[in-house]
Amino acid sequence: MRFGKKDILDIKSLEAHEISLILDTAQGMKEISERPVKKVPTLRGKTIVLFFQEPSTRTKLSFDTAAKRLSADSISLSKSSSSIVKGETLIDTAKNLEAMNPDVIVLRHSSSGAPHLIARRVSSSVINAGDGIHAHPSQALLDMMSIREKKGKIKGLNISIIGDIAHSRVARSDITGFSKMGASVSICAPPTMIPMGIENLGCRISPSIETCIEGADVIMMLRIQKERQGNILFPTEREYADLFGLNKARLGLAKKDVVIMHPGPMNRGVEISNDVADSENSIILEQVTNGVALRMALFYLVAGGSRHADSD
Amino acid sequence: MRIRIKGARVIDPGNFDDKKDIIIKNHLIEAIVDPEDNKSSIDVETIDAKGMIVVPGLIDIHVHLREPGHEYKETIETGLKAAARGGFTAICSMPNTNPVNDNSQVTKFIINRANELGLSRVYPAGAITQGSAGRTLAEIYDMKKAGIVACTDDGKPLENSNLMRRALEYCKGLNIPILVHAEDMSLADGGSMNEGPPATLLGIKGIPNAAETIMVVRDILLSELTGAQVHFCHISTKESVEAIRQAKKRGVNITCETAPHYFTLTDEDAKDYNTNFKMNPPLRSKEDKKAVIQGLIDGTIDLIASDHAPHSKIEKDVEFDRAAFGIVGLETSLPLSLKLVRDGFLSMQDLVNKMAKNPGKLIGIKNDINPGNIADLTIIDLDESFEINPETFKSKSINTPFGGFKARGNTFLTMVNGKVVYSR
Ligand SMILES: [Zn+2]
Ligand SMILES: [Zn+2]
Repeated sequence: MRFGKKDILDIKSLEAHEISLILDTAQGMKEISERPVKKVPTLRGKTIVLFFQEPSTRTKLSFDTAAKRLSADSISLSKSSSSIVKGETLIDTAKNLEAMNPDVIVLRHSSSGAPHLIARRVSSSVINAGDGIHAHPSQALLDMMSIREKKGKIKGLNISIIGDIAHSRVARSDITGFSKMGASVSICAPPTMIPMGIENLGCRISPSIETCIEGADVIMMLRIQKERQGNILFPTEREYADLFGLNKARLGLAKKDVVIMHPGPMNRGVEISNDVADSENSIILEQVTNGVALRMALFYLVAGGSRHADSD
Repeated sequence: MRIRIKGARVIDPGNFDDKKDIIIKNHLIEAIVDPEDNKSSIDVETIDAKGMIVVPGLIDIHVHLREPGHEYKETIETGLKAAARGGFTAICSMPNTNPVNDNSQVTKFIINRANELGLSRVYPAGAITQGSAGRTLAEIYDMKKAGIVACTDDGKPLENSNLMRRALEYCKGLNIPILVHAEDMSLADGGSMNEGPPATLLGIKGIPNAAETIMVVRDILLSELTGAQVHFCHISTKESVEAIRQAKKRGVNITCETAPHYFTLTDEDAKDYNTNFKMNPPLRSKEDKKAVIQGLIDGTIDLIASDHAPHSKIEKDVEFDRAAFGIVGLETSLPLSLKLVRDGFLSMQDLVNKMAKNPGKLIGIKNDINPGNIADLTIIDLDESFEINPETFKSKSINTPFGGFKARGNTFLTMVNGKVVYSR
């Protein structure tokens, strides 16, 4: 099957069969990461620019590792090393990046829609590594990969997402992706963190964490970001943990083989208790491993995969 | 030398709706005669307006001219050329220039510049507070002597309720209306589009309806307290329409306007992070759009104003949340509003009231087609079918969501002071 998209901007623009192709490809890439020599020449000679306008250690490291394992040359630009601080517009920056003839631009940006703006202006492929509160497609895809690996499927699963849905690009992409792949998604958060019309993305809102978790196959906990919310969305972490934290007692409501996920970094003792985070149900570290494989698959598909049949 | 506008239907609600010829001498309307009446046909230049409609000059009460200070977006000259092309014989200019029009020097500068140009007329609005900073009253009387017709800190709300009360009382004494930009900044909370499902889908921070309506309700109460006249700018929510409807029933001294984009588009049209769909207040939901149209039909909404807000690529060709609010409107307002007539929501008389008579009333201009009155007239071709093309705009800026829009009906000719300032 061919992958025909130039860019990976969000989950809503991917068809279910495209998602399956990405997940299948990623599964193949994972095997490379398990070899003693974790490198293949597939993207030798290709240039990948990692442009992170917003700080992110994990996602950037994951994309960078993925590029290196495929032998691509990766160039990193961060806010401080790029000229955006000097008042250059995003379009100017994008055009300057394009002058380096990269095959792929990976963009993390604090404004929703920034990757879409760039993708319209450059001929390189653009991969969205997280834009504002809009989308984080590579995270959602690696979440789907991790779920499929554990459960053998996504279709028909009960997936619960708990936490700050309103300010989470991961939540938006996860809800869209999970429901597109046939899961039943229920969400739960303080009403201050549930944006208007979120149901339209393919989920239902549970009135309490207990009803949300009941019978769940997968529980996704989201990071509570104090720095973003001041204290007008919830009073204290203590009270948040009390109302919406995942602990052992609540976990008992889910299915026995429930899988616990978290996009990281975790606030232990706030949205997730220590014992749950470290329990055998947790696949939080496997998410990180799969992240590299999934991003290798994205690079391969947009820059060297079936769009160039001879590179196999 | 006389001009005879020949063969048109003349619509001046409460005065005419008839096939008449209008004879103009110098800058005045000399006579309105039956088409067959041919007596004074010597030395007459004829404007053939067969099949067209002649109405009192359209007035746009809400225009950002950008000069002085932001001439790269619009100058008084380009703005007035756009006004003339849009069929407007007069506009009311908002004071948020740089420097702000908060003193008679700036007022005089704008008026002198407009007089030099001899295009459409400018009636400036002055700031309520110095620098529109919301702290101390500007010299409103001094500006009134220089020519302002209204006061507003448009672009932002006057947040301090006590200062708003005093401003209303002060302006009441000067018999000058206050134009209210209704927005609770803490509720708007830095949002960029309407709060609702489309914003959630796009991951754009939303502005709830209540951010507008809460201030509409506050200023209705302050108008009741002070008896002063309040005019609400760019009404966009169903709750605001309802609050104004109820207040008018009680006899509160208020009027309001809406802009064509609020009865033409909704937040569902804001796609692909196109910043030409970003304005303040934002495009609202379908229900709001319906309520705005209903408000126009039942008279709750007195008039249509464009909130013409030119911006360059520097402000618009950027990330959605960083883009400036506002769209140009002078050259699309009439065609978009004519659609209300074609769709059967308003009669042509209603539309003339909302685009010519009521705006005139608000700023104290006698805008009737009568012998002896100034010849400020707009001729409209109801049948011109065209596609809106921003490249043809006279405005310096092309930030419009209506590029490619199919429209029917447009300005045929604009006459100011007996002189043709635009003809197709
Ligand atoms: Zn305004
Ligand atoms: Zn305005």
